[in-house]
Amino acid sequence: MLKVNGQDVDAAGKTLASYIAEAGYNQVRIAVERNGEIVPKSKYGETVLADGDCVEVVNFVGGG
Amino acid sequence: MSSSAAPLPSREQILAALVQKQGADAVEKLQKATIAVCGLGGLGSNIAISLARAGVGKLILIDFDTVDITNLHRQQYKMNQVGIPKAEALLENLKEIAPYVKYEVHQERVTAENAVSLLQSADVICEAFDKADAKAMLVDTVLEQLPQKYLVAASGMASYDSGNSIKTRKITDRFYLCGDGQNDIDEVIGLVAPRVMLCAAHQALTAIRLVLGLD
Repeated sequence: MLKVNGQDVDAAGKTLASYIAEAGYNQVRIAVERNGEIVPKSKYGETVLADGDCVEVVNFVGGG
Repeated sequence: MSSSAAPLPSREQILAALVQKQGADAVEKLQKATIAVCGLGGLGSNIAISLARAGVGKLILIDFDTVDITNLHRQQYKMNQVGIPKAEALLENLKEIAPYVKYEVHQERVTAENAVSLLQSADVICEAFDKADAKAMLVDTVLEQLPQKYLVAASGMASYDSGNSIKTRKITDRFYLCGDGQNDIDEVIGLVAPRVMLCAAHQALTAIRLVLGLD
């Protein structure tokens, strides 16, 4: 089990790219922080989520 | 300028006034700082004016766009500036407000390719775009290619909701996010000056706090 945006999520073993797609996020509008570090977009496919990870998906909205 | 105007205060007088109101230690740190503002719309024009007034040493101001009539309700431009580049118009206004700040102005679009060369001399970078994908691009690019910089981004300032829902959150040691995080201008009605200014104020204050070494 790991935490995504404060919620328990059963996604250990999945890549960040597949978790993001399954959760319905639009990849061009997000930034992902994992255990205190930003995961660059180019690394989503090779980043494997692990038990105990703490992930925050920042979903940007328009306006400025 | 009016012919009856008194001479402008000198640099020394302005510095003394800043010290009186903001404290000598803070003013010294701010004077040494370089802050970049990416996007000079409702967020960026307000952030830049706050930082210039606060005595930041140098501001890097970047925007590709021109002033539009639909900007005037929330952005720091004047009616006679409609149609001219925002970078040029804001520089003109800032030089009247705070002429002793150093300004570096770029009339271009920030991309993943040019971000490093545009932003590498900044201590703090403020993301002040309007499009969600541009925001995400800048955050990704800065945190990957300029990981030693502080980045202060914004997400969610549309709607007439309470200003109390606009907050600053620390996402990582280098990345701060201001806004309500939810209200998307493509989904809700209303982009109103005070709410946009609240978000801009959160960003400007966070940038100042980072320069002062406050977390």
